[in-house]
Amino acid sequence: MEQKKSLEAFVREAEAGGRSLGAFCLAQQALEMECTEESLKQALLDRLQVMREAIAEGMEGKRSRSGLVGGDAKKLSAAASTPNWRSPAGANVHLAIVYAMAVAEANAGMGRIVAAPTAGSCGVLPGVVCSLGEMFALPDDLLAEALAVAGVIGLVIASRATLSGAEGGCQAECGAAAAMAAGAAVNLLGGSPEMAGQAAAMAMKNMLGLVCDPVAGLVEVPCVKRNAGAAVIALAAAEMALAGIKSVIPADEVFDSMREIGNAMDCRYRETATGGLAATPTGKLLWQTVKNLEMP
Amino acid sequence: MNILDVLGPVMIGPSSSHTAGAVRLGGMARAVFGGLPEVAEMTLYGSFAQTYRGHGTDVALIAGLLGWKTDDARIPQAFQAAREAGLVFRFLPETDVVPLHPNTVRFHLQGERREISLTGISVGGGQICLTEIDGFSVEATGEFPCLLTVHEDKPGVVALVSSVLSNVGVNIAQMRVSRRQKGGVAVMLVETDQAVEAHTLAALEKLPHIQQARAIPPVI
Repeated sequence: MEQKKSLEAFVREAEAGGRSLGAFCLAQQALEMECTEESLKQALLDRLQVMREAIAEGMEGKRSRSGLVGGDAKKLSAAASTPNWRSPAGANVHLAIVYAMAVAEANAGMGRIVAAPTAGSCGVLPGVVCSLGEMFALPDDLLAEALAVAGVIGLVIASRATLSGAEGGCQAECGAAAAMAAGAAVNLLGGSPEMAGQAAAMAMKNMLGLVCDPVAGLVEVPCVKRNAGAAVIALAAAEMALAGIKSVIPADEVFDSMREIGNAMDCRYRETATGGLAATPTGKLLWQTVKNLEMP
Repeated sequence: MNILDVLGPVMIGPSSSHTAGAVRLGGMARAVFGGLPEVAEMTLYGSFAQTYRGHGTDVALIAGLLGWKTDDARIPQAFQAAREAGLVFRFLPETDVVPLHPNTVRFHLQGERREISLTGISVGGGQICLTEIDGFSVEATGEFPCLLTVHEDKPGVVALVSSVLSNVGVNIAQMRVSRRQKGGVAVMLVETDQAVEAHTLAALEKLPHIQQARAIPPVI
């Protein structure tokens, strides 16, 4: 078993060195991976590029192989340019939702994505990072640094809990992605390492207990819309953290509780598609329909 | 594990276990077979059998047999490419048998001079494990270059092979020897830190009791 990592330890070290959490994570990971900071940053920029291409692909509105999802990111984006549209979420959150859904729909349609941390939760991080980058006209270097923060938060969660829906339910996939994206968002907007850690804790707290109950066993329903929801939770957590609000329960302990909850989760709620939404009358009916589909 | 593992793999969706893992399993089968077979029959078990169409597990397995990687944008069109390459393939979803692992595939591959069966599992996050070749139980994750030998189950064979590897500076990361019966045919799968070169394979095949030595490149 891998040794447990501590997000609080990362935060403390970054604070002590007087650096942003992103700059610290980039340097620390480059050291660990025995490569230069430059080459690691380039690898992250390459992943950022894949994320942007996935957004573009999702915005085309292609349906998935099963036909269950696809086209909703395009629909949401188009709605914003209708004359009487009033957005309940506001422009920033709207864009994050559009991008998160676009990437998740691209994934369902066999497009190219970055599993961050998994394919099922691949929309959350690009939804948050790419939308904030655009809304605040941030340089790509800063976006790459934010991805490093997200990566380190994911590493900590993997070492203390799990990133697999089959082990911990959706809280382990979209929940981890939300925590990663929340920390990344704080770093993007100039928050302190302490604030980034608090954001990760608050995001995960809002995702605890979420089960993995994919209809027909596919990464489509409810995954696409949960990616959108997780992106919004990440933004809410970052908003609170940047104002100096703290999580009463420290981040590492929140991640530990995710593990405890995942262990207690019945196997029906861990990706087996035998409980929750997958087991509803409509869910079961859709599984039959998908089974009978003639596919290329 | 590092941050690029968390932010990765870069892959064609929709599922790391059912799509990316399937590409790697197909790649592993290709590597063990030694190229593209003429006929490929794939029996799918567990969740693979239940959901392979919606997850594109079928095109992903074929893409792997074609030698493509997990992020190859052509994966959805793998069937057509395979037919053009002369591969005859079919899928047999086996929903009545409960496998040891939920995502299991058994390949039966045929070519002009070779016929091989092998089993692999997709263990999550795109990670895989090859568990069986021609009835011999093996264990390989596709992360390392491998050496596969078919030999007679006689004393000293393992020592001879490891001494040849040591002479050419190849370090053994992990190894597993398997036989169906005492003194019969045995298989050894050695995961190594360095690739085993052709001249080393030739030297190995000259050793007593060794029938075959083959290098399997990593797929991850």
